[in-house]
Amino acid sequence: MKIAVCMKRVPDTATRLTFSAEGKSIDTSEVQWVISPYDEYAIEEGLRLRERAGEGTVTVITVGPEAASKEIRQALGMGVDDGIQATCDEPLDPIQTARALAAILSQRSDDIVLFGKQSTDSQGAQVGALVARLLERPFVNDIAAIEIDQGKARIERDVDGGRETIEGPLPIIVGADKSLNEPRYPKLKDIMQAKKKPIEKVVAAAGEASLQTIAVTAPPPRPEGRIVGEGPEAVEELIRLLREEAKAI
Amino acid sequence: MKIIVWIETRNGQVKTASLEALGTARTLAEADSGEVIAVICGPSGVMAATSAATAGAHRIIVREGDPLSDAIADGIANELVAVISEESADVVICAATTTGKEVSALAAGSMGTSVAADCISVTCQDDSIHIERPIFAGKAHLQQKICQSPAVISLRPNYGERLEREAATVTEQDATSPSPIRRTGFQAGALEKRDLSEADIIVSGGRGLKEAENFVLLEQLAEVLQAAVGASRAVVDAGWRPHCDQVGQTGKTVSPKLYFAIGISGAIQHLAGMSSSRTIVAINKDPNAPIFNVATYGIVGDLFEVVPQLQSELKSVLQ
Repeated sequence: MKIAVCMKRVPDTATRLTFSAEGKSIDTSEVQWVISPYDEYAIEEGLRLRERAGEGTVTVITVGPEAASKEIRQALGMGVDDGIQATCDEPLDPIQTARALAAILSQRSDDIVLFGKQSTDSQGAQVGALVARLLERPFVNDIAAIEIDQGKARIERDVDGGRETIEGPLPIIVGADKSLNEPRYPKLKDIMQAKKKPIEKVVAAAGEASLQTIAVTAPPPRPEGRIVGEGPEAVEELIRLLREEAKAI
Repeated sequence: MKIIVWIETRNGQVKTASLEALGTARTLAEADSGEVIAVICGPSGVMAATSAATAGAHRIIVREGDPLSDAIADGIANELVAVISEESADVVICAATTTGKEVSALAAGSMGTSVAADCISVTCQDDSIHIERPIFAGKAHLQQKICQSPAVISLRPNYGERLEREAATVTEQDATSPSPIRRTGFQAGALEKRDLSEADIIVSGGRGLKEAENFVLLEQLAEVLQAAVGASRAVVDAGWRPHCDQVGQTGKTVSPKLYFAIGISGAIQHLAGMSSSRTIVAINKDPNAPIFNVATYGIVGDLFEVVPQLQSELKSVLQ
């Protein structure tokens, strides 16, 4: 089985953001980068699909600057076989990222391509779906379980009111949700071996952007709040404020 | 300007977030004598069309038929793309619910463009659509101009304004574009849960609840308020609550009208997921907890005393 996992590096979720002087981006000079958390579930599931099949390869693909090869190494340390990096120094919009990934994936013959359901920075939840449409393959996001058998994928996911089961043919593209698995920690031996695994580099074939950034700013500050009181005695005043001042109930 | 709005339905009921998307579309259209076309896909579409008829659309197109039985987002997006092409739409708007995000992304991919996703503001300036959206779960706001047609937009629930307008005309069309991927089964959950990302009121709990069983206090409070129950990452990681209840940067970003943070200290990744809520109430025994920095109203105290009191007083006030 041939498996590809597309991943993105993002600032760690504990990062406090600062903004660049020109007001159009995040100042990344002090940022601690990590694999986007949902992409870790995608990588782990790729490894498990390979293990269950008893054969096959898992390739991790990313689009980003030269420095993003560090996160590819991290994925290789988890057990991924090889990496491909589409290098690009400028930030790309979602369709540009999708084109760069589709250009790579269209040259391969993966049975399944996994994404995280969304990145934790731009949170558009769309690149997997865009790639699926560019390659004319079926797509399911937010998956909670997947089995592959006889050229078909059987998928479960949590939706309004319950859990649905979905079936579709291979090749298929999916987005991983948190309930899919528990990602493994790389072992020291695997991290050492990962240094010898190949990373292929290509130039990102991004094309034109469809979204033009005008500004990136801090969110408007919340109006100053107040402590209503201490203990259960404060409840009456809280309810009065919620009704009369906030008009929230 | 021709604007298409995809209307999401569940059991024949139109989602509130879709009515908000229609309102936003209508406001854009009225500024330049444009037209709003609502698209409803799937069974009971005509019934849903009746309840969406006066929410801002000039026309409603209902796509029904075999290709849409058991369809998931992939199949719905096919029908939406067919209508976008037939109508040569300039703008496409979906509510940014879980399914709405998926449908809008698939439709955008077919049109070779990006989605301006999860927007909190959509305006037309100098013949271009400008949007604003939170990124990093609300730690920053991004303003963008859409420079490709059609502009595909998803609108965050609770951010559009519902309108009341003249009744739309309804046209029925046959669905034409089957997807190879279909729903084959459905297992109903034990409880009919209120969806966090669309809820008006959310009651969230954290480690201060001490153990999973104590969430019953929050469920009782939520029942009185008709609220959804959320959770911090710490209690989801501890296995007390399912991950779909998690609010924060690695869970759901929510913007309800009223958010209760109970026994939640306010880690930055939780604050990111809820700080755009209109009114925030924090109940915590630690007066220095960071959650009080974002709370509109705070009560310092033992949640095991405060929450039952709150529940019983609200019950008598709201009934």
